[in-house]
Amino acid sequence: MSEETTTVRPFTSAAFDQFIAEHKLMASRCIKCGESYVPPRAICPKCHSEEMEWVETSGKGKLAAFTVIYSGPTFMVEQGFDRKNPYVSGIVELEEGARMSARITGVDPTKPNEIKIDSPMTVDFVEFGEGDEKKTYLAFRMV
Amino acid sequence: MPTSRKLGRGVAMVGAGMSRFGAFAGKNSRDLFVEAFKEIKKSVDKELDPSLIETLYIGNFSSDQFEHQAHIAPLLADAVGLLPRPATRVEDACASGGVALRQGVMAIASGLYDVVLVGGAEKMTALNTAAVTEALATAADVPYEIPAGFTFPGFYAAMASAYMHRYGMKSKHLMNVAIKNHDNAALNPNAQFGMTIQNWMEGRIASAVKKGKPKPTWSTIWDFLHDESGNPTVAWPLRLFDCSPITDGAAAILLVAEERAHEFTDHPIHIIGSGQASDSALHGRPGLTTIPAAKIAASQAYEMAGVTRDDIRIAEVHDCFTIAEVIASEDLGFFAPGEGFKAAEDGMTARNGAKPINTSGGLKAKGHPVGASGVAQAVEVWKQMRGQAEARQVEMDIPLALTHNVGATGSTCVVHVYERRN
Ligand SMILES: [Zn+2]
Repeated sequence: MSEETTTVRPFTSAAFDQFIAEHKLMASRCIKCGESYVPPRAICPKCHSEEMEWVETSGKGKLAAFTVIYSGPTFMVEQGFDRKNPYVSGIVELEEGARMSARITGVDPTKPNEIKIDSPMTVDFVEFGEGDEKKTYLAFRMV
Repeated sequence: MPTSRKLGRGVAMVGAGMSRFGAFAGKNSRDLFVEAFKEIKKSVDKELDPSLIETLYIGNFSSDQFEHQAHIAPLLADAVGLLPRPATRVEDACASGGVALRQGVMAIASGLYDVVLVGGAEKMTALNTAAVTEALATAADVPYEIPAGFTFPGFYAAMASAYMHRYGMKSKHLMNVAIKNHDNAALNPNAQFGMTIQNWMEGRIASAVKKGKPKPTWSTIWDFLHDESGNPTVAWPLRLFDCSPITDGAAAILLVAEERAHEFTDHPIHIIGSGQASDSALHGRPGLTTIPAAKIAASQAYEMAGVTRDDIRIAEVHDCFTIAEVIASEDLGFFAPGEGFKAAEDGMTARNGAKPINTSGGLKAKGHPVGASGVAQAVEVWKQMRGQAEARQVEMDIPLALTHNVGATGSTCVVHVYERRN
């Protein structure tokens, strides 16, 4: 992927997902005021500029909130999660300041008291399915 | 952006009614709305001539998903004999009812209409729990929040984790909210769970004995609430009794121009403050221990009403989860940040406390038919302010009350302030 094709992608959820599939957590950055956004935005809410660019985040952050889910949506059940095998979802605050919802990996879901808010996290990508069915999910791993 | 707003003219509530809340096989949202409409007619002191009603606003989150029936507002108007009056469905997730109420207030304040029926209806139990969970999840920011595996209990559980980390609350503190709201619902004949948690536990024990199963060893409700078999974890730290149920139900209120209230009753309840605000997905906010849209909506409503938080005697707040009631009690200014869970533990929000919250049983125990919940909050306020809440009537006089209705994780919040003048 050349730098040029990367930067001309629209600021849409489909484009964000395409980056996730390439194992890149991208932000949209306002060219005018420099503020960056995850999830991406096409219009800067701070200065209302429409001139944005894609930038890759550091992928580093800290855990802001989390939960251990025992009863998940169908697509998580299809991935093998249920009451006996719960999973962790959370919100991570990136070094750049933006916050994002993600799966949380590298923790023991059966010991929530040992999962500490403010712990350092690094971006991770969880894949499920094969071939055309493959889907990549944004995750953060506890460091 | 100017925040100080006034109503163009006064608005009064002159009738209020609701269906029973629960799981009703064979009844759709239309049938439930008909029940609420019959109740509203009974509630109007000087008899209601339905032909005076000029328009309808209907709060409904997702009849499309729950009943495979969109465009329900004209159907509900037809069902209660009000064609060809304009009927408008209002959708802001779980705040649909409160926002429909605000639309009704604005319709009268603008001078366009004098008599407005505000309704809310939701039929949820035709789908199984997994399908309802997924339907509710569409109120989230679907492309960015759902791939993380979040569910609605999960979002509020995440808020609870942040709150516990910041303020030292334990999950047991949240149980005080559930116990209180079940105590209130036990006195509400329209509640889905008209029983205390003690009643519930005893029922579980009796049923186990009857079926010849091992008798549970719970001796107090605290044993029951801390036991995975009595109170399973749904999304840590939230357990089953931290969550509002899946409910069928409808509610309706009748609003009129203040100068015409005397045609309907000598004891109207005036709506003197209204506020509403929007916000991003949960991850887009700077803090997770508060709902900023609720603070903004409340300050707008207080300012319009010319009252302060201390003037409010009782409040019906959006307790879709126990943590949501704790956060609401702080966002509305009743308690300082980090103090809401202690106030619940100290009984300050109980029916006989200094600031009774959710005397109806709240969403938690009265039930949460999402589009109807915001309207049903106004029904409870109507009854309490007029001394008609029967066994659950609070003792103190209630000249001012408040309702607080939240959509999703707080992407919408709408607050109203009510006044009784005689
Ligand atoms: Zn900008």
